[in-house]
Amino acid sequence: MSATKKLLYVNRKAPHGSIYALESLEVVLIGAAFEQDVSLAFIDDGVYQLMLNQDTSGIGVKNFSSTYKALGDYDINQIYVEKESLELRGLSKENLLPLTWEDEDDDWAEKDSIQVVSSKELTDIIEKQDVIFSF
Amino acid sequence: MPVLHIINKSPFEKNSLDTCLRLAKTGSAILFIEDAIYATQKNTAVAAKVDAAVGKYSVYALKPDLDARGLDKNEIIDGISLVDYEGFVQLATEYSGVQSWL
Repeated sequence: MSATKKLLYVNRKAPHGSIYALESLEVVLIGAAFEQDVSLAFIDDGVYQLMLNQDTSGIGVKNFSSTYKALGDYDINQIYVEKESLELRGLSKENLLPLTWEDEDDDWAEKDSIQVVSSKELTDIIEKQDVIFSF
Repeated sequence: MPVLHIINKSPFEKNSLDTCLRLAKTGSAILFIEDAIYATQKNTAVAAKVDAAVGKYSVYALKPDLDARGLDKNEIIDGISLVDYEGFVQLATEYSGVQSWL
């Protein structure tokens, strides 16, 4: 067995205008089976992927936003949202899906998966990765 | 004759909105669809220019695209009218031409 690698998925596209967001989510979920150290970053229009209350019934496409809630069950709980991207769009964490995970080392306490980070903090996170996937 | 200008790209990713606002004649109409819907919200970095456009043009946004993106209709810039698909067709027939800023 090879050593665990740090993988970062970088998401920069809005959810329904192109296929990038859905494709990224599918790759993340498939990749979760390989038990690596996975992080997700949402930057620029990518922050819109995590918006609450998405209802795609009027445009005839799959509403995959609820699937992000499953990430915690796949041990994907390092979800970084760039603060500067939120601010440019008049958004805050309250506008985003409440993504959580259960910590088995802490009596299964429910914890927040989303961390709003500054550009500077995100720079450091990117630097620590072994592999970066861009969407 | 006034033209219906349609924008479908996010104002944070493409310059379609800027080009449209630079070239559209006063009195024409602008319709935001798909990812251009993000331009309709208050408190964004582009809100001031969209706010200014509302005084110059008839500005519309396609509601199914707004709902799909989880945006709050109460957070839409004042003066922007929501239309459904029938309203979209109606606008296309009312104006002398359609310009899509792809």
